[in-house]
Amino acid sequence: MEIDRKLLEHVAEVARLKLTEKETERFLPQMKELLEYFSQLKDIDTDNIKPSFQPVEMKNAMREDNEKECLSQDDALSLTEHKKDGYFKGPRAV
Amino acid sequence: MTIQNFISQIKNNEIDIVEHTQKVIEECKKLNQEYRYFNTISEELALKQANEIKKSVKNDDKNIKNKKLFGVAISVKDAICVKGVESTAGSRILEGYKPLFDATAIAKVKEEGGIIIGKTSQDEFGFGAFSVNSGFKIPKNPFDKERSCGGSSGGAAGLSQKLDNHIALGESTGGSIVEPSSFCGVFGLCPTYGLVSRYGLIDFGNSLDKIGPIGKTAEDVSILLGVISGHDPCDSTSSHKEKEDYSNFRKSCKGMKVGIIKEAFTGEVQEEVSEKINHGIDKLRDEGAEAEEISLELPIKYGIATYYMIATSEASTNLAKLCGMRYGASEKLEGSFNEYFTKVRSENFGTEAKRRIILGTFARMAGYRDAFYIKAMKVRTIMISEYKKAFKRFDALVSPTAPMLPPKFSEIEKLTPLQHYLADVMTVSPNVAGLPHLNVPVGYSNGLPVGMLLTGDHLQEKKLLQLGSVFER
Repeated sequence: MEIDRKLLEHVAEVARLKLTEKETERFLPQMKELLEYFSQLKDIDTDNIKPSFQPVEMKNAMREDNEKECLSQDDALSLTEHKKDGYFKGPRAV
Repeated sequence: MTIQNFISQIKNNEIDIVEHTQKVIEECKKLNQEYRYFNTISEELALKQANEIKKSVKNDDKNIKNKKLFGVAISVKDAICVKGVESTAGSRILEGYKPLFDATAIAKVKEEGGIIIGKTSQDEFGFGAFSVNSGFKIPKNPFDKERSCGGSSGGAAGLSQKLDNHIALGESTGGSIVEPSSFCGVFGLCPTYGLVSRYGLIDFGNSLDKIGPIGKTAEDVSILLGVISGHDPCDSTSSHKEKEDYSNFRKSCKGMKVGIIKEAFTGEVQEEVSEKINHGIDKLRDEGAEAEEISLELPIKYGIATYYMIATSEASTNLAKLCGMRYGASEKLEGSFNEYFTKVRSENFGTEAKRRIILGTFARMAGYRDAFYIKAMKVRTIMISEYKKAFKRFDALVSPTAPMLPPKFSEIEKLTPLQHYLADVMTVSPNVAGLPHLNVPVGYSNGLPVGMLLTGDHLQEKKLLQLGSVFER
């Protein structure tokens, strides 16, 4: 498994992270070492094995569709400065 | 004095709970200067709760009779939300975040009269084995300040060693309850996945995260587990198992069968550690348990790779929501959505958080997903079935909790990320399989504690407590 600078920068961008030059240089050999180590999973025969997305079996978890109290608009907006006219205010979309 | 005795004295008005709580808070402040166990001490909330308790004692309130934590100091890992108290999960990106609600575990603790004393220090989002990957405080080992408390619930474990009449709420994704408990010489119980609601826990890995207790004795952790467990409609993965009192476990291991994991005693395990664990196994035998070796190659050999692929994949999706809007750290609103999010995230996530986000994003990307993420989920299936086979023969499995004694900070600095991850070798697989596991302090080597890991089948917490009680002080 090869991870090069271009791929590392691409993955970071997908994850909305901008790495500094120093971070990129530091991460590149570390990622190579880690991914090589993780690649040993290929040695395990998993043909016809289903993936376990949970460690214990779970059925659909349903609840009654009842009305209940929820966070008020004021409370929901209370944790940020970025708000306007009862809405969250975000950065420019286009 | 046991916690049960302490609770009786509070109920009988033999201790003034307000004065007591004031003293506890002062002690915590002092400890914090020296050992850095708290990110936040919740003095105001603690005293408010203490005053309410005092009032109910004075009024001879009949409801207090059955309260299971009446007046007991409870510390909370910073990743668990407490209403109105800064809850950062050790990350700068959540600096200033004061949740508008209590996690279910916290609501249950409050209901039983537990007094919330503060938020304990940890690795950022739980990303670490030594509590050094923190945006805030790095806790110091109670036995040697040059050494680590372990992680990621480091502050919780260190405080549990130092503070009496207290139980801690920790959280584990890959070993973050038992490993620091081992390094700090206390009992830590990571319950079966789903037994304790995750509602209000700041996520790391959804299929891995568990809230659990850390305390001085098996009995202490059993009391808190009884309070926080139980089904919660707010967590869709919460177990439907009937509510149980864990504190009535039998304090004997006579007739129980334990399997000694052969592969856990070879390789990189320090001799001082395996020696103490072997003494511990002898003690279990002396007390009437049977112990024999079992080979479990997959969990030890492939546990780290399986765990880190699942954990980083889940973490990278969970952390996507932290982007400088609605709550937590923010910046001046400038640039486009992507520019703004990238700026906030790049400036506020720590190095290990960035590393794990990148690893997890990579493992889930088209072209790599089947080889890494899905592959790990399939290996998990095999691992669970291997454990299940073992539990047909044994009540519990034994290994060291950590392959080493608590390391010095100067030694940790020299570790590569892979070497850092390998410290979790004993603990990741029980977490991947959602199995309950308990750290039991079994002795000291050069003045540093050694912990034995007991792993049980799903929902068999009581068997672990039974075995662990043999080692109570």
